Amino acid sequence: MKFETEFFNIGYLDTLSYKDTFVHRLDPRIKITVSFIFILFVVSFPKYELSALIPFFLYPVFLLAAGNIPFRAIFKKVLFVSPFAVFIGIFNPLLDTRVLLTPFGIPVSGGWVSFLSILVKFVLTVSTALLLIAVTSFPGICEALERMKLPKVFVLQLLFLYRYLFVLLDVGLRMSRARDARSFGKKGKEIKTFIKLISVLLVRSVERAERIYQAMLSRGFRGEIRVLKHHTLGLFDILFAVTAVAFFFLIKKVHIVNFVGETVSRYIR
Amino acid sequence: MSHHIVDLHDVHFRYPDGTEALKGISLRIVHGESVGIAGANGMGKTTLLMNLSGQLIPTKGEITIGEVTLSKKSKQEIRKKVGVVFQRTDDQLFMPTVYEDVAFGPVNLGLSEEKVRERVNAALAMVNCLHLINRPPHRLSEGQKRSVAIATVMAMDPDILIMDEPASNLDPKSRRQLINLLRGFKHTKIIASHDLDLIQDVCGRCVIIQDGQIAADGPSEEILSNEILLKDNSLELPLSRQYLRT
Repeated sequence: MKFETEFFNIGYLDTLSYKDTFVHRLDPRIKITVSFIFILFVVSFPKYELSALIPFFLYPVFLLAAGNIPFRAIFKKVLFVSPFAVFIGIFNPLLDTRVLLTPFGIPVSGGWVSFLSILVKFVLTVSTALLLIAVTSFPGICEALERMKLPKVFVLQLLFLYRYLFVLLDVGLRMSRARDARSFGKKGKEIKTFIKLISVLLVRSVERAERIYQAMLSRGFRGEIRVLKHHTLGLFDILFAVTAVAFFFLIKKVHIVNFVGETVSRYIR
Repeated sequence: MSHHIVDLHDVHFRYPDGTEALKGISLRIVHGESVGIAGANGMGKTTLLMNLSGQLIPTKGEITIGEVTLSKKSKQEIRKKVGVVFQRTDDQLFMPTVYEDVAFGPVNLGLSEEKVRERVNAALAMVNCLHLINRPPHRLSEGQKRSVAIATVMAMDPDILIMDEPASNLDPKSRRQLINLLRGFKHTKIIASHDLDLIQDVCGRCVIIQDGQIAADGPSEEILSNEILLKDNSLELPLSRQYLRT
């Protein structure tokens, strides 16, 4: 993977988060809480569950559609981290060979069902987390975390991480370009130069931190940063939260896929 | 008003590694004066600015700003009077949005929320960047970043403005806008730069630093037309003057 290709384009999600749709405007605290509850619901299903999880796709799809987020942006990133989930479940079909289902006369073992269940849960939770970032600006998330009483030190770390991530990437990119410009073939690209590059990057970061600290001091910094409060909890936010959680609860209790299936087959008969 | 006078008396500064960067600088800058500081690389321009803004403290000699003499104790007091625009805008803009960045100083001064908002709006309007108020700094162009960096300092309402290479990395149009902006400010200004045309346009007085000492000090008109003096200091005539001569 080349650094230049920006395979894992962080900046893109950031651009999306500055759109202006009604999900973008929701209070970040609500979005974080609802998404967290959503993830709890999804992981609370037993390991052989598949069909009952399907209705849960409505929530990420809703965020995707209402937030006007391109499907590809999220899909590519989910794909990028999918090896983790695949390796967690890959041995299930070998270990658990008990036949659980026989749709259309094909025997399917419990291992395959639980493997698929892991994948579905993975897609649901990871895409929701990514969408949460895509529909909420990062400062918004930090504001919410601070108001949800997360220790201030962590929030400030996140804020600075966000601010200087792009600067650091830029510095790294320029250094790697400078190296490429003067290295030919494999020469110059050995791990040895890479280690030196990284150490220079570290020194530069430390120096930059020193300069930033001076800039903060010269504007009267005395150890306290106030995080700005932009959002106020409105009726609409609460309505969204209540509806969403009620919906999760409903599709957890009522097995909609079975229900629809039975109704349809009754009609056909 | 006497409280805006910057007075340096035999200022020395030695870095912890033993490098002696300033070797006895004496300078008096009166209220409302614009002073350009020029000199070859590594001659102590930035060190001088860091001393003036209380980021470093002279190892010998005295810096007085208004009635306050710079010391470890009075650092905070000096920082309120002196606004510094750093050379690298990414170091200066450290908050996630432009609003929060400009508000950072006023908040630390202990102003009320309403007062802070007023200051931020006024400072951004001054540099024509009010429309950037909710943008994150990493999405701004270099020229916009520079203007916002100036706004962060103006929001603190300093008496004295200190700038290190304010025109570096700017395109000619942004540079021209910056020059016009600086000319509009009535503050005492101390500007270090290699851009002698900028010094000529903005500053009435020019100081040339050589090897930690003052090599020349006088009206910009005089100093910046003295070709021999400039050559001795690895400088050249301002481009506008070279053009006139041919």
